[in-house]
Amino acid sequence: MCATCGCDSGSKTTYKLRDKDDEHTHSHPHVHNHGYTHDHPHDHDHPHPHPKTVVDVEQDVLHQNNLLAQRNRGYFDAKNILALNLVSSPGSGKTTLLERTLKDLKGQLEFAVIEGDQQTSNDADRIYATGTSVTQINTGKGCHLDSHMILHAMQGLKPKENSVLFIENVGNLVCPAMFDLGEKERVVIISVTEGDDKPLKYPDMFHSSTLCVINKIDLLPYVPFDIEKVKANAKKVNHQLEIIEVSCTSGQGLQEWYGWLKSKILQPETV
Amino acid sequence: MHELSIVMSIINIAEQQARAAHATVIDEIELDIGTMSGIEMDALDFAWTGAVKQTMLEGAEKKVNRIAAKAHCIDCDAEFAIEKYYDACPVCGEHLLYILQGKELKVKSLVVS
Ligand SMILES: Nc1nc2c(ncn2[C@@H]2O[C@H](COP(=O)(O)OP(=O)(O)OP(=O)(O)O)[C@@H](O)[C@H]2O)c(=O)[nH]1
Ligand SMILES: [Mg+2]
Ligand SMILES: [Zn+2]
Ligand SMILES: [Zn+2]
Ligand SMILES: [Zn+2]
Ligand SMILES: [Zn+2]
Ligand SMILES: [Zn+2]
Repeated sequence: MCATCGCDSGSKTTYKLRDKDDEHTHSHPHVHNHGYTHDHPHDHDHPHPHPKTVVDVEQDVLHQNNLLAQRNRGYFDAKNILALNLVSSPGSGKTTLLERTLKDLKGQLEFAVIEGDQQTSNDADRIYATGTSVTQINTGKGCHLDSHMILHAMQGLKPKENSVLFIENVGNLVCPAMFDLGEKERVVIISVTEGDDKPLKYPDMFHSSTLCVINKIDLLPYVPFDIEKVKANAKKVNHQLEIIEVSCTSGQGLQEWYGWLKSKILQPETV
Repeated sequence: MHELSIVMSIINIAEQQARAAHATVIDEIELDIGTMSGIEMDALDFAWTGAVKQTMLEGAEKKVNRIAAKAHCIDCDAEFAIEKYYDACPVCGEHLLYILQGKELKVKSLVVS
């Protein structure tokens, strides 16, 4: 059983801190105690039906996730860590955007990265190659990260005070929308090869994000993608959404992304 | 298929509450699920069937209150039913909406014995 959160083990989730190279597979199961104990002072096989009782529960199904997310948030706040949850369809360029950012802002900001993928540590390897500490979470069949995984990933990663923590979620525009990780901002990334109706098809993700990065604009001449239309669609879903257009290949627009990033960093308060 | 992890959370909550009430069987479970909660009911039902086996919810009657989504228009103050985040206000045509209800996802009550 995990002392931190009381979870007992059984899930297929694995955590690997890439910069120490030790696979600490602290895998544990997502607590479903299927066998339950029912302590009765008397010994019998229930010939008497227990009376029916109504239990008022009124509990949010995501309550546990939200509690742990708040706990992560408190940790980030206390250390003045800017935690960003990057969500997108597979292949929109999340890892590429991180690689560019980590290289371009090296020396200016302190970074740590959590990579979420069902399988492989390929993305963590790419991040590690930039000299950044990174933990790879492999979710097995899980199609999203949750706050509990972040809590455990952090135990190995130990991001520094005043750093930026990028959390690259599993490539999936559906369910990561429902799971608060404790992040400060959620960033949704789409690429111009994906079609300009993405915001309408996956409104929850665009609704719950604060920034939308449109990537691969170097490919605009080759694909039918109406950038004004995608922006209008995104604004219909979330009128407060900020939008930045970039190309990780050509570097176009990246300065705007870096500007956004720096604007989110709180200067530590000096008393 | 996040519906499966949602069902797992529901099972955890329900079993915990039932045990706290010293019950051995959950006869009924009542859920509030808003139409904009991000849950596909077909996917939920599908996940449910497999996941509740050998839990206290196996055999429980599942009652779902589907809560229809409603929004408030920030521009003109109208209140109306919506289906999607990008629905326009039927009065003024704007998209500055505040969701009043329809995002619920909760375990409301149980009948246990
Ligand atoms: N032309 C072009 N290709 C890009 C750009 N950014 C990323 N790519 C390519 O897109 C592909 C996918 O990029 P990744 O960074 O691996 O995408 P990802 O979102 O991390 O993918 P998953 O982690 O699998 O969800 C790679 O072949 C990148 O080289 C860009 O700005 N322009
Ligand atoms: Mg990636
Ligand atoms: Zn744990
Ligand atoms: Zn656990
Ligand atoms: Zn008894
Ligand atoms: Zn999922
Ligand atoms: Zn209106």
